[in-house]
Amino acid sequence: MNALSVRGLTKTYRNGVQALKGIDLDVEQGDFFALLGPNGAGKTTLIGIITSLVNKSAGTARVFDHDIDRELEAAKACIGIVPQEINFNMFETPFTITVNQAGFYGIPRAVARERAEKYLKQLQLWDKRNSISRGLSGGMKRRLMIARALMHEPRLLILDEPTAGVDIEIRRSMWDFLREINQRGTTIILTTHYLEEAETLCRNIAIISGGQIVERDRMSSLLRRLHVETFVFNLRDALAEAPLLEGYVVRLVDDHTLEVEVSKEESLNEIFARLSALGVVVMSMRNKVNRLEEIFMRLVEGGAAARPAADGATRVPAAVAR
Amino acid sequence: MSAVAESPLAARTDMNAVRWVGFRTIVIREYGRIIRIWGQTIVPSAVTAVLYFAIFGSLIGRRVGVMGGFDYKQFIAPGLIMMSVITNSYGNVVASFFGAKFGKHIEELLVSPLPNWLIVAGYAVGGVVRGLLVGAAVTAVSLVFTHLHVEHPLLVIVALLLTSVTFGLAGFLNALFAKNFDQVNFIPAFVLTPLTYFGGVFYSIELLPQWARQLSFVNPVLYMVNAFRYGFLGVSDVHVGGAFALMALAAVVLFSACVFLMGRGAGIRE
Repeated sequence: MNALSVRGLTKTYRNGVQALKGIDLDVEQGDFFALLGPNGAGKTTLIGIITSLVNKSAGTARVFDHDIDRELEAAKACIGIVPQEINFNMFETPFTITVNQAGFYGIPRAVARERAEKYLKQLQLWDKRNSISRGLSGGMKRRLMIARALMHEPRLLILDEPTAGVDIEIRRSMWDFLREINQRGTTIILTTHYLEEAETLCRNIAIISGGQIVERDRMSSLLRRLHVETFVFNLRDALAEAPLLEGYVVRLVDDHTLEVEVSKEESLNEIFARLSALGVVVMSMRNKVNRLEEIFMRLVEGGAAARPAADGATRVPAAVAR
Repeated sequence: MSAVAESPLAARTDMNAVRWVGFRTIVIREYGRIIRIWGQTIVPSAVTAVLYFAIFGSLIGRRVGVMGGFDYKQFIAPGLIMMSVITNSYGNVVASFFGAKFGKHIEELLVSPLPNWLIVAGYAVGGVVRGLLVGAAVTAVSLVFTHLHVEHPLLVIVALLLTSVTFGLAGFLNALFAKNFDQVNFIPAFVLTPLTYFGGVFYSIELLPQWARQLSFVNPVLYMVNAFRYGFLGVSDVHVGGAFALMALAAVVLFSACVFLMGRGAGIRE
């Protein structure tokens, strides 16, 4: 069974902006799914329609087989949402916010109190349970929204940029927490601008651009399609100009930093051997951007070339497809 | 949680349980808000009532003498209680719902499985709760200044409930359409207050010239104040049965309008 299945989903706002142009998308039960796209691509509109915060113009959406047109209450009971913007009552305490949220999903108050304790502790907010929420830090507010979304133990958890503005330590602890929830059976749909986050956590991915899905694949398959990667070499000694490495595109970023484009067929050993022969000593090396970011930029920038093919499959720009 | 069980009957039972808990949660949250900011929600009406009784009742009322067959303070007491119920039930819902819209935490309810009619009902009952709490406070103030005779206790309760539900729903409608705080304050300041003052709180419409008396009959507050006064004193300027029917009709029409507009997403959904 699919956790989410949308067909021909279209949204045209009153000002004429077409935010979604007939999207088809399936997310399998149990998946950890990345929904990526640039700002204004239609991600939040899509999530808004699924959670009934936005009225759709056309198409269908089903959540665990519950059609949002005919079984909206049942569909909504399956979903937990962590929105992009802070949307809890800033004058209430985390404990009240979480207990009330459970109540809106029919959880009796005694059970709600136990769950509030459980999730506020897991998200390291228990000490702040009786503080006015307005005074929480940005990271705490984000964690509170996750705790709130989990109160009814949803089968599908939708996270719209959950770690925006959160420091790296807390972000990584949130990743562990989300992995654990997913392993216990909750389907997760994640939108994020941290592509490392999507690459680390998600098994499947869709990229949305200009209101259309321009890519839908397994994360591993998509990453394998990356034809060229750019590596950054930090050098021990200063160079006046880029060394000549035949067959490679080489740029001298500054006198101690080289950038080299390497295709999938070429080995890094060969580059090291040639650099050594030229007396260039490499102290460290890294990818210029993470692999998903490389693909993402090519897909989104080449969006015009990535229109759905006539057979319904998504055509991938030549720069990405091998 | 499994809000949706396997068999249709179990699913229905489950959903009804979800709705009941959800409804209670909205009301508890509203009650919590009223109590948390009691200095804004309950005290001002009680203080205003003290001033009305002191100035209109004790100072000016002494010269007015008898109205509708009763001592002036006794005559205005039901009207003052009703005035506070009207303004507070309206004010509670419009402030709470618009605040939720403004702070975006209305989304907590909109994404939940609770149907629109239940959300409307929850907020309306929140308005009733505040109306009753403030009504009780103003009644306590009234008892300091005058003796309150209750002729028909059941009618007092029904009038109180119908009025607070009606104005709670009117406040909900206002909050749905309001885009800023000016629009939240416009109706209470420029519509509700004049209607209340011209609704027979301080006088019997028998005192008015014929044209003004006829004009008063289009004012819905007149019926509410008089139905309530009838419950206390057994006197009314309007037909009491008609007044109750009008209140019930207004509550049904406003409830239907709120639910319909919620379904359309007016003011809350893109």
